[in-house]
Amino acid sequence: MQNVLAIWQREMKSYFVSPIAYVVLTVFLFLSGFFFYSILTAVVQSTMMQGQFGQGAQSVDVPGIVSRSFFGTMSVILLFMIPMLTMGLFAEERKRGTIELLLTTPVGTFQAMMGKYLACVTFLVIMFFSSGITMSALFIYGHPELKPILGAFLGLLLYGCALLAVGLFISTLTENQIIAVVITFGVILVLWLIESFSTGASGVSKDILNYLSVIGHLDDFIKGVIDTSHVIFYLTFAFVGLFLTYRSLESMRWKG
Amino acid sequence: MIEVEHLSKVYNGRKAVDDISFKVEKGEILGFLGPNGAGKTTTMRILTCYMPSTAGTARVAGFDVFEESLEVRKRIGYLPETPPVYPEMTVESYLNFVAKIKGAPSNQRKSQVDDVMGKCSIGDVRNRIIGKLSKGYKQRVGLAQSLLNNPDVLILDEPTIGLDPKQISEVRTLIKSLAGNHTVILSTHILPEVSMTCDRVVIIHNGKVVAMDTPDGLTHQAKGAERIALLVDGPKEAVLEKLQAVDGVVSIQSTGGENGKPVSFNVECKLDTDLRRTLASVVVTQGWGLLELKGVSLSLEDVFINLVTKE
Repeated sequence: MQNVLAIWQREMKSYFVSPIAYVVLTVFLFLSGFFFYSILTAVVQSTMMQGQFGQGAQSVDVPGIVSRSFFGTMSVILLFMIPMLTMGLFAEERKRGTIELLLTTPVGTFQAMMGKYLACVTFLVIMFFSSGITMSALFIYGHPELKPILGAFLGLLLYGCALLAVGLFISTLTENQIIAVVITFGVILVLWLIESFSTGASGVSKDILNYLSVIGHLDDFIKGVIDTSHVIFYLTFAFVGLFLTYRSLESMRWKG
Repeated sequence: MIEVEHLSKVYNGRKAVDDISFKVEKGEILGFLGPNGAGKTTTMRILTCYMPSTAGTARVAGFDVFEESLEVRKRIGYLPETPPVYPEMTVESYLNFVAKIKGAPSNQRKSQVDDVMGKCSIGDVRNRIIGKLSKGYKQRVGLAQSLLNNPDVLILDEPTIGLDPKQISEVRTLIKSLAGNHTVILSTHILPEVSMTCDRVVIIHNGKVVAMDTPDGLTHQAKGAERIALLVDGPKEAVLEKLQAVDGVVSIQSTGGENGKPVSFNVECKLDTDLRRTLASVVVTQGWGLLELKGVSLSLEDVFINLVTKE
């Protein structure tokens, strides 16, 4: 455990001494702020128009609509950000030869992997907290329901954990960060778009494709419904990613 | 302390290490000598549990590197070919990190880090970013890292590469001072380094052990005698007789001399004698033609080159 902590700590420090953390955070906050603003104005305008056309009697849950579309957008932004967080984790270690240090000290492959994985998960949590700044506007000017928002954050976190595990695995495959980031992005995009392939399919294959879509499992969370099957989906996904990472690190030793 | 038996490693169908066996006693410094690509790094990587072997066994401090790798890893300090440093960290925080992952007790960490910084004379750059340091400093940071947590066995892959002559001699002194408490394996292709620091030398070539001896033994083998080569135009038997009569000559081999051609002699003389003058005058005063005369000296380098270019 101490080893995992040491690796985690080093990884967190290295995020924040390199420009990566700041660039990712800045871009993420800018994009999420921008989309939050445009969603908000769009929703407010449409409700005002409804009011003008005399339909104002029924109340509209503005914060609810805003937060739902905002979380949908966030999941897409994360799709672009997550490869940046994982690209260097092992690729950089391999390039610098520090992997030889990690794997010849009493730190096991598993501990090294977990330290790194937890570091990128922590970074994701930091990103969520910082995006809470934009969300706070909803609480200041309205009374949104807390549960769906927390549910959505939980869903995004699980979704993030799954994608980070994929990224971590791909980072073990190459010494080059650019290659790692591009492949990770490609793989995540496929996992995201898989749902749209399912429209042409039918029967079991349609179900399978639908099931594999990483983003489809997020819908319920954003509506505030925490369904264990979705939780299990993301956790399994993360587990498979980590398992592949572990195997890949071990096989790297055999190949030399 | 280290026992290697019939170790082999195959990658991509090529035998990088081919049936190597050797032993290192506790407190000994073993030099690993060989041209680039001979299999030095691969052997070291197997010993440090970085990669498994294809066949054979290796034991460090009585533990098998494959079966009981954790126990082995607790007892070794390893400096790979390129120092395994994180360029964005400061020297001190890096060494702290390594001390942590090597399992140094938290109350000893600071003193250990100070200690290795002192040993490798990098205390003056402790707060500098490693990425900004010169090659020599990086190398010494790498060496300092390997000494952390006082390992029984040190495995150093070309420890003096990239250092200036003064630093090289400092590092050699440091390595020598480590013997006794630590068992050291170091690889190098610098020959004087071996004769200066190592108790024993293993020369490997193409993945095979081609020689194993003390540096003195190898030098002795090379310098067992002074040799002088002569090419003389004269009657073979008579020349041989005259040369053999010279004081200090141990033995003579002769070749050639058929059909009145010049004869070449290979004269072996006692150590620390120079008989070139005497031999020349013996030949010349008899009226024979002295066509060539040269001293043949074998250095450790010649032994090395002979061994690695045999095939």
